[in-house]
Amino acid sequence: MIKTENLIRQFGKQKAVDGLNLHIPPGSAYALLGPNGAGKTTTLRLLSTLLAPTEGEIYVDGEKMQRASKAMKSRLGMVSQHFSLQRDMTPREVLKLHGYLHGMSRRDRKEQIERLIRFAGMEAEQKKLVSELSGGNKRKLMIVRAVMHRPDILFLDEPTVGLDASIRRSIWDLLKKLRYAGMTIVLTTHYIEEARVLCDRIGMMSQGKIVAEDTPEGFMSTLPAYVVEDYRDERTDYSYFPDRDSAANYIAGQNTTATVRRSNLEDAYILHTDTKGSKERLRA
Amino acid sequence: MIREIWPVLWDEWIVFKRSWFQITTSAIIGPILYIVAFGLGLGGGSSLQGVTYVKFLIPGIVALTTMNASYKAISTSLATGRIYNKTFEQFLIAPISMFSYCTGKAIAGSLRGFYAGMMVMGVAILFGVRLHVTPDFFLIMLLSGLTFACLGMFGAMVVKSHADMNRFGTFVMLPMTFLCGTFFSLDQLPFVLKEIIYLFPLTHISTMLRAIATYEAYTVGNLLTVGAYFIAFFLLALYRCYKVAA
Repeated sequence: MIKTENLIRQFGKQKAVDGLNLHIPPGSAYALLGPNGAGKTTTLRLLSTLLAPTEGEIYVDGEKMQRASKAMKSRLGMVSQHFSLQRDMTPREVLKLHGYLHGMSRRDRKEQIERLIRFAGMEAEQKKLVSELSGGNKRKLMIVRAVMHRPDILFLDEPTVGLDASIRRSIWDLLKKLRYAGMTIVLTTHYIEEARVLCDRIGMMSQGKIVAEDTPEGFMSTLPAYVVEDYRDERTDYSYFPDRDSAANYIAGQNTTATVRRSNLEDAYILHTDTKGSKERLRA
Repeated sequence: MIREIWPVLWDEWIVFKRSWFQITTSAIIGPILYIVAFGLGLGGGSSLQGVTYVKFLIPGIVALTTMNASYKAISTSLATGRIYNKTFEQFLIAPISMFSYCTGKAIAGSLRGFYAGMMVMGVAILFGVRLHVTPDFFLIMLLSGLTFACLGMFGAMVVKSHADMNRFGTFVMLPMTFLCGTFFSLDQLPFVLKEIIYLFPLTHISTMLRAIATYEAYTVGNLLTVGAYFIAFFLLALYRCYKVAA
């Protein structure tokens, strides 16, 4: 269980994370969603010991997190947003270095490297240099590197950013495998679909705070079922309706080219995190 | 602690293994030019402090090369890893202490400086110059490497970009390159200027290496001064690492 109590991180006068209280059960997958600058990455860096909180505490299974604690660090794995890999190493060497850093025995290290290379489907790339790998393989390598020492909790900051749809799905499969193996996963993402597919709970962040938290289904159940998208005067209005008939009736009364569709998690995301007046456009 | 230092050394070893040719050629190209231009060209046939100028020059170039190689090896890889590749973060979240990390980097830098220094001595032999070396000579090369690797580590932890790193080198390393008795005898300088130049660590390293190479004695003061610089730079680098990690 990851628990934070009134977690605050300030940069100068700016509060990037502002009084965060999280409860993430063991073995679950939790997504932090939010617009740029919402505080998602800072939260992940705090949870993974990369940053020190200005105020507040973090607990892992009831144990207060000490940033310098080697035992605590051994329980955590982190995949950052950047391709933070040694460009002059092969994937096997990257994993070997991680094994050295975590004091793994020679035998364990070798077995884990073989297993993880297979797990990531990188047999053909294992002897290439990192600088020669595709973006998708670099990301896969970062994920298997983060789990090389068998952590209990894996943090991923925008794990599929900048990758095409098919590679994104192969990374999702990799993360699903880890999740079903019992690992606790905490990720940040801009892709709503990613949060829906991978996570059983979503926290929507805005201005350093969790503004809404629920399961993907829970978020959907609170939304009206249909949306009318109406583009006019150089902006799109989104109007929400409980059923298709009322949405169709609304369109019939308008002289526009509006379209009707089912509402989705992205609508919930916008409604909860957009500070630019979306709520005023709610008609249902 | 060795368990924690080893991955830092191994990381640097892989960099060296993959780029040894570029590292080696870049380490010796400057010294070859110095030997040809200053040793054989400008100072050809002359003598200084009782030895031929080229024999006077080479210990200074060994000191200079050791300094540059160890400084650049650590400052470049660390600044790139911290600012651009973000590989420094891997060490931050790993269960190793910052002290072990800095110690590993200092040793790796020292070995790179030592390697470059040995290359220069090899080049000197090709030019027909054989230096008198003792175990002290090698130990001073290693100490020099440790000192400037720590300075490079400190610089890499302070700067915000590659351009800053170059400026740091220009303001800190370049004056030492030309002033610290590598190319000329400090006896020729006015007293005040000489005393100022003796504040730089490279002056003491050049003095000691040259003394050994020409069968002279160096003072314990020289050694203690370099040792003090090493400790100071190491502590500064360690402090900056903790600051960056916070």
